[in-house]
Amino acid sequence: MEISPDAWVIFEWRGLQLTATVVFTWAVMALLVIGSWAVTARISEGETVSRWQVMLEVIVTRIRDQIDEVGAETPERYLPFIGTLFLFIATANLLTIVPGYQPPTGSLSTTAALAICVLIAVPLFSIAKRGLWAYLKTYIRPTPFMLPFNIISEASRTLALAIRLYGNVMSGTVIVGILISVAPFFFPVLLQLLGLLTGLVQAYIFAILAMVYIASASQSRKDADEARNTETEQGD
Amino acid sequence: MDPATWIAIASIVTAGLTIAIGSIGPALAEGRAAAQALQALAQQPDASDTITRTLFVSLAMIESTAIYCFVVSMILIFANPFTGGG
Repeated sequence: MEISPDAWVIFEWRGLQLTATVVFTWAVMALLVIGSWAVTARISEGETVSRWQVMLEVIVTRIRDQIDEVGAETPERYLPFIGTLFLFIATANLLTIVPGYQPPTGSLSTTAALAICVLIAVPLFSIAKRGLWAYLKTYIRPTPFMLPFNIISEASRTLALAIRLYGNVMSGTVIVGILISVAPFFFPVLLQLLGLLTGLVQAYIFAILAMVYIASASQSRKDADEARNTETEQGD
Repeated sequence: MDPATWIAIASIVTAGLTIAIGSIGPALAEGRAAAQALQALAQQPDASDTITRTLFVSLAMIESTAIYCFVVSMILIFANPFTGGG
């Protein structure tokens, strides 16, 4: 039994293997790129707006609002990265309703790649906002004794991010596969429905956690205090 | 019995124990988190957006411990390193 789309080789040419993971990743990428290109090519600012444009606008503003709520001051800076993560994972998970499709997020390679993107993006955003020295100083806060623990937490949360997404998607595929041989037709359909829900929730969680990591690394203590003060002033 | 059979028996038993013991903690924790969130929702319906979002994120983080156990048991059954990936 296959527990990952890595084991399914679709195409082989002189020892160069093209696994289902890569092929379906390309399919999802092509769908997203062509879809958004087709919509934005005919974008209009007039009174009549096509329904596809409305859909894109709803998605983009919604993601922007969610990033804003997590606590980033300028959501536009993070919108491309976080939005891409969310849209890619959500599309990859939701396409499981297409027969014959295996989600590329059910492979540890894909989720590890996505988690490494987050691992690299956190210092990049932080350095771009506050400078190299201020970023490095977050490692020795509150005391220099915390340095090893901060480094461990950086590594372990990347691992957790990858394993969480992989485990959730893979478990859906495996359970459906097992149930098809035990109780055909009815239960697999129900569990696949549950899988759609989990897939969307996991995409949301991945994007939100990435945003939380970036926000916590790029928010200086002074900024946080100021934000808290203005909030209490507004509250009064 | 040859060693391979013993490895298979140990793997299957351990996989069952892993998922059985490993799901108790997350189950209790998720129930507790959901109960607290419902209580908070009943007391402050205005904050439902924040509470629901935080609930989803924390449920997923709690659930990931159970998922780790599931991954380990799947590895033991389908990709056991001691039986040559059998």
